[in-house]
Amino acid sequence: MTTAASGAHDEPCVELVHGSGGRATHRLVEELFLAAFGNPTLHARNDGAVLPPIPGRLVVSTDMHVVSPLFFPGGDIGSLAVNGTINDVAMTGARPLYLTAGFVLEAGLPLADLARIASSMATAAGAAGVTIVAGDTKVVEPGKADRLFISTTGVGVLADGVELGADRARPGDRLLLSGSLGEHATAILAGRMQLDLEARVVSDCAALHELVAALLAAAPHLRCLRDPTRGGLGATLNELAHQSRVGMVLDETAIPVTEEVRAICELLGFDPLYLANEGKLVAVCPPEEADAALASLRAHPLGRRAAAIGEVVPDPHGFVELRTAFGGRRVLDWLAGDQLPRIC
Amino acid sequence: MKFVDDFRHAPSARALLAALRRDVHPGATYRLMEFCGGHTHALWRYGLQELLPPEVRMIHGPGCPVCVLPSARVDLAIALAQHESVALCTFGDLLRVPGSHRTSLLHARAAGADVRSVYSPAEALELARREPTRQVVFFAIGFETTAPATALLLEQARELGLTNFSVHCNHLLTPSAMTSILESTQVRRLAAVPIDGFVGPAHVSVVIGSRPYEHFAEEYRKPVVIAGFEPLDLLQAILMLVRQVNAGQARVENQYRRAVTREGNARAQAVVSRVFELRRTFEWRGLGTIPYSALRIREAFSDLDAEQRFPLTLPAGRENPACQCGAVLRGALAPEECPLFGTLCTPESPIGSCMVSSEGACAAHYTFGRRSRRASPPPASTEVGR
Repeated sequence: MTTAASGAHDEPCVELVHGSGGRATHRLVEELFLAAFGNPTLHARNDGAVLPPIPGRLVVSTDMHVVSPLFFPGGDIGSLAVNGTINDVAMTGARPLYLTAGFVLEAGLPLADLARIASSMATAAGAAGVTIVAGDTKVVEPGKADRLFISTTGVGVLADGVELGADRARPGDRLLLSGSLGEHATAILAGRMQLDLEARVVSDCAALHELVAALLAAAPHLRCLRDPTRGGLGATLNELAHQSRVGMVLDETAIPVTEEVRAICELLGFDPLYLANEGKLVAVCPPEEADAALASLRAHPLGRRAAAIGEVVPDPHGFVELRTAFGGRRVLDWLAGDQLPRIC
Repeated sequence: MKFVDDFRHAPSARALLAALRRDVHPGATYRLMEFCGGHTHALWRYGLQELLPPEVRMIHGPGCPVCVLPSARVDLAIALAQHESVALCTFGDLLRVPGSHRTSLLHARAAGADVRSVYSPAEALELARREPTRQVVFFAIGFETTAPATALLLEQARELGLTNFSVHCNHLLTPSAMTSILESTQVRRLAAVPIDGFVGPAHVSVVIGSRPYEHFAEEYRKPVVIAGFEPLDLLQAILMLVRQVNAGQARVENQYRRAVTREGNARAQAVVSRVFELRRTFEWRGLGTIPYSALRIREAFSDLDAEQRFPLTLPAGRENPACQCGAVLRGALAPEECPLFGTLCTPESPIGSCMVSSEGACAAHYTFGRRSRRASPPPASTEVGR
């Protein structure tokens, strides 16, 4: 491991030489990434990973991860990069098997932070039974990146008979949500704003493929799955309604939101329906399988607070509506830009 | 969450709605202006608009500080941000408001200007301490509600002896805007926009008290009920107004007694008067130039006044001639009646400021009230990968 000192505190940091392709690069890969992710495929050190034959349809998904702060209550950019891509694969109904990881490192990033993040990725992948089989690193000059960007690509396999799609929602279908909203976004916000909160909010960052497997076993004719990440539940349901050319009516009082998240949203003027989640899914389920589907979600530790939150209705314009606690109705629209805190 | 749950109690809301239905006179019309954008937002967000008896018509007022800032002020903010040494800090909503040439602070940032979105004025001060080589300018906007925080910020900056920090003051005063609306020819002479009463601004009144609104009740014979932003607050205030109108009364009532007193917050008023003084005139979008309707930084703090440090003279701002934000802000036009509404002017691509702010009347109508209209296509940037 390089011990070249840089930065104000003399702690070892990523330097431009780590991206040169020379000895420093070799040592960074060997001593940091291989030490964390080590497995026979990666140790073969070929330009590409040679994988055994996989029976079934292949699913591939790729994602970029940029988050500030890098470490937050309940996770860090590493666990987020692993779980986020596992979830993208899982939302097709597939079982995730392999990941690749690309790193853009800004010179000056403490190596200790990078090692901690790599270890977190290895832990998350190990817990999910997914192997990291290939990777790449690039180093950029200070100011050319925000410390660390991670790109992950996931490969999974889809069993025969599983056919999920955003265009498959039909009037009468039930909408299920696997748990309470907004925990990831509020944990990040609290960290970013250094809010000294009495109640600690922890990101819900988690891999959902086992929850998906349980759900598919209980409801084999499931129409669609989505994880409501950026844009939250509001964006996710609008996408589904638009792609399926249906409307949706939600019961506001049925949508689970924790006291802590509600309190932070009140404080800042945010709507939890638009906040990002990293460990939740929305399922569109045919009515005859909805009870079994909900029960299977609730039986899993990641779905304990699952709820039936509404239903699909005929509407070619694709409106998503909310029935409020008072019996009024209002449109839950696409969000224009980011949510912003109130001024007064 | 007890601090808000009590004010969102569904059975109580139903009881208030039943009382309203009992009290409104059939065939009468109660035209009530909710002054604050926060009230507009709450009306739509909780679905109250469609639950009110048809006799009650809510008219949206100019109570959103982003909406009433004219293009010239946005141009000024952009010009400040383009100053080589400047890091311009302001609240996020302002970043998207188009200036005279459909450019915005967001565009300026994309072109390389140092524009930062802050959650509180204190963040701007912290930035100045952290980055001594930048000239940090806080572009302050807001009504009486946020002025005390800006005033405190200036006193703190003075104590810290910061030389790289200044404030561009755009704080506005609500009673002046209310006078302007009541004095407008459309409201007063032509009676085109009759207003039977006002839902008064809650957060503003926490600072200035309910007393400044007594003038409107006495002089213009308009009842005012200062109301909180929770659904039960609003419903109760509307019921109080309906009852005053029925009785032919015009008084200031305080529904928001849990936070508002007649005299307001003396400490907040004191810090505002130590730091700020009245501007002789200030231009409001849609309402024109209103005398003594805004604050400026006192001479004693001139070294922290961005208007002194960066003297900028700009040509008069140019509003889009088709944009009807002005008429919407005066209550003379409903958002849907603007020819640009929902077609050329949408939250994704706003022309007028009322479509930008989450508290703007047009944004609220567009976002929450589209059920009866044709659905818009999804935004062009819809994510494919997730």
